[in-house]
Amino acid sequence: MRRPAIILAFALSVMPLNAQSPTSSPVPPRLEVPYRLFTLANGLTVILHQDRTVPVVAVNVWYHVGSANERRGRTGFAHLFEHLMFEGSKDVKEGEFDTLLEGAGGNNNGSTSNDRTNYVIDVPSNALELALYLESDRMAYLLDAMSPERVNGQRDVVKNERRQSYENRPYGMAEIELDAMLWPENHPYNWPTIGSMEDLTAASYQDVVDFFKKYYAPNNASLVLAGDIDLDRAEALVHKWFDEVPRGGPVDPVAPPAAVLDTVKKKTIMDKVRLPRVYLAWLTPRAYAPGDAALDVVSSVLAGGKNSRLYKRLVYDTQMAQTVTARQQSGTLGSSFVITATARPGKSISEIQKIIDEEVERLRKQAPEPREVQRAINETEASFYRAMERVGSFGGKADQLNAYYSAGGGPDYFAEDLARYTSLAPSDVQAAAIGWLPADRRVELVVVPEAPQ
Amino acid sequence: MSRARLMVIAVLCGIVSVAFPHAQQRPDRSKPPALDPAPSLNLPPIQKRMLSNGLPVWVVEAHKVPLVQVNLVVMAGSGDDPAGKFGVANLTAAMLDEGAGSRSSLEIADAMDYLGAELGTTSSSDASAIRLNVPVARLRDALPIMADVAIRPTFPGSDLERLRQERLTALLQARDDPAQIVPFAFQRAVFGTTHRYGTGQAGTEATIKAFTAQDLKTFHDGMYQPSNATLIVAGDITADGVMPLLEPQFGAWKAGAPVRRTPVPMASQPTQAQVTIVDVPKAAQSQIRIGWVGVPRSTPDYFSLEVLNTILGGSFTSRLNQNLREEHGYAYGASSRFDMRLSAGPFMAAAGVQTDKTAESLQEFFKELNGIQMPVSSEELTKAKNYVALSFPSGFETIDDLAAHLEELVVYKLPDDYFERYVANIQAVTAAAVQKAAATYIQPKKFAIVVVGDRSVIEPKIRALNLGPIRVLTVDQVVGS
Repeated sequence: MRRPAIILAFALSVMPLNAQSPTSSPVPPRLEVPYRLFTLANGLTVILHQDRTVPVVAVNVWYHVGSANERRGRTGFAHLFEHLMFEGSKDVKEGEFDTLLEGAGGNNNGSTSNDRTNYVIDVPSNALELALYLESDRMAYLLDAMSPERVNGQRDVVKNERRQSYENRPYGMAEIELDAMLWPENHPYNWPTIGSMEDLTAASYQDVVDFFKKYYAPNNASLVLAGDIDLDRAEALVHKWFDEVPRGGPVDPVAPPAAVLDTVKKKTIMDKVRLPRVYLAWLTPRAYAPGDAALDVVSSVLAGGKNSRLYKRLVYDTQMAQTVTARQQSGTLGSSFVITATARPGKSISEIQKIIDEEVERLRKQAPEPREVQRAINETEASFYRAMERVGSFGGKADQLNAYYSAGGGPDYFAEDLARYTSLAPSDVQAAAIGWLPADRRVELVVVPEAPQ
Repeated sequence: MSRARLMVIAVLCGIVSVAFPHAQQRPDRSKPPALDPAPSLNLPPIQKRMLSNGLPVWVVEAHKVPLVQVNLVVMAGSGDDPAGKFGVANLTAAMLDEGAGSRSSLEIADAMDYLGAELGTTSSSDASAIRLNVPVARLRDALPIMADVAIRPTFPGSDLERLRQERLTALLQARDDPAQIVPFAFQRAVFGTTHRYGTGQAGTEATIKAFTAQDLKTFHDGMYQPSNATLIVAGDITADGVMPLLEPQFGAWKAGAPVRRTPVPMASQPTQAQVTIVDVPKAAQSQIRIGWVGVPRSTPDYFSLEVLNTILGGSFTSRLNQNLREEHGYAYGASSRFDMRLSAGPFMAAAGVQTDKTAESLQEFFKELNGIQMPVSSEELTKAKNYVALSFPSGFETIDDLAAHLEELVVYKLPDDYFERYVANIQAVTAAAVQKAAATYIQPKKFAIVVVGDRSVIEPKIRALNLGPIRVLTVDQVVGS
């Protein structure tokens, strides 16, 4: 991510879990996000959506490249490259990208995940053409303004992002360790999006040139304009600014090796923390595959809200844990399901792990109560409505249209995506726990304090 | 329509242009496209009603999505904590949904989750709030529980004990994280131990350990009253439609003894710079905060300060971020802000910087804090004013945004036309006003300088800067009291 915040570890392809909504009452209106889709001659896919709630337009670009496209020795490069996209292009002097947008009342940002890199510009609707000018200039002419000095400048910024978000953050290195344990050495999810310090040091100006030519072509991108637009005028403006962007070569999809855990992998690491923490993690179906939505509901049944099984037992009743979370982290090439618990002072991690094991086993043995599943579905449904409110920024409608399109569905996949959840029965949730959360094939990572405090 | 015309042009161009066979005349990139006049924001009106007990109800309709936001704002925050009871407002708010009416903590959570509702109970320095976001079809089911939580909390002893231990554990965990340690150290350096703003809203280990259910009940009985609260509703409802739902839940809420708020006194300014180093061995970055006592929300210089801070550290292109991040690469980001409350909150400049560049970063901070005393150029002023004024409409997109803006009007008693006049007020700020605000409110020679980092590496070079007397504290000294 460009602005101080955390790099998204995985694509925003699955809605957040803290969702909700009505079910047994009047049938809610069908979710619908009307759009116009067309493709330029250079291969750029364009999606337009009108929403005139406030006079703002979201300009959202996804390049279908992320850290999964990197190679060993250059980890973190896709994200470093993301930073360079803001440093000027042929017609936009260094610093002008931000200066022009702020002067027009706009905000912008970018983020890199394993699977994609996205760029968001939110502007008052009178500045739509300014945003298209800036976005097209860097898509077409970034290299005209690139230099080793600019690479060095953002290299230092990204190293400080790594220090701030991982090295200096409690338990920050555990997430990196967890992925390294979960995924095979030659699988691109094995390394972190932020990259290693050594690889960030090694990244060169020539790498930037090669990466841009290979991945930053209109035929490897999709552009969404959502908000206060006139559809015909917006379409004309997209042609005006993007038609001349030269097409690039075809981009081969990432072909990862199979990722299978066939045993229990255990590790204990130390960190500058006061309290121990355990991570239990499994490899699970990729985003939108059968089982993906059911595992979201599993995470809710286990750790979503005070009445969830693990929260109630570990945090509410026994108070052995300070926090417990469960999450299906969905990715294009595969997903992981991670349960995390932090011990209260003086409480034993192995006792906590025993309770987690009991609860996962209980879910495998017996389907959850209908109310537990319905509660999770209702929350998910309400979250879909909340996601309809905002057009811009990360996770707004523009970003989600791009996410659905990139995943291979239509851009307006909202209703279908929600139906993945509303169609689930308790037996589906149990089946997901049986199929994907086995006790004998997983990762167990424990973080312990470096020294007694 | 225009698409068809463009395609004709594209075909014609294709004859003469081989390189871009589908492009019409290439766009002029020599300068950015001119902007049309900025759109204005047409805010839906605030409809002001009242329940039978006098509780004001402010309604704003927004019909895009079938959701509704209901916020009960209570004019009591941690600024109202009595001496010796720092943290009582915050813990009271946190305990509201841990048992209310006939329901237990778990029953409240289950009911809200099942309705797809989000119910939050929270407090700031200046106010407390119970906030409900719910699909409109479930509003009728959620309101009675919200009313119980706001009006009839039971403060069960076992739940209080659980929250107490959670909070004490959170204070223990804060010691792990320089980004969490630094606010403790900075507020203490600027405001001291006795002023309310010198201690975090949750209070200290000692007060958290001492609170009883009676403390919470006393605070709730005294401050949570219909005469001291406002109900805000935004979303897919009408005022006429929602009032009959609100009246049975909040209309019978009885007033108690008159509410007395004791204003938080204005803190006295430090008279000289002082450096505080908090030692975190092996820290990869140093967390820096520099500042002093700022201004209250009621300051007449509000708009000048918004523009001033945007230039200094309130935007990506601000001087601090450009210097520390873009020019030097010492930090992932640098910023500044005036934290305006009912009384004067802190002004602070902030960044996390790489350990081996800590002293260099401090020098750059002071270069910018001193440099802002000089007149700002008209380009920089215009950019900052446009950024603040023209991005203003984007803050009204969602119903929780809308409700939050209305809360601001209520808590700080701003005029009804405040939002309508906001853009004009920003655009009226002059370079002279910015310079005067900088001279008044940014005086680096008197600033508190707080650095949380690896003392063995950073102290010698900080000492050599001669910024002021240095004191060194342990993490336990900072977070523990």
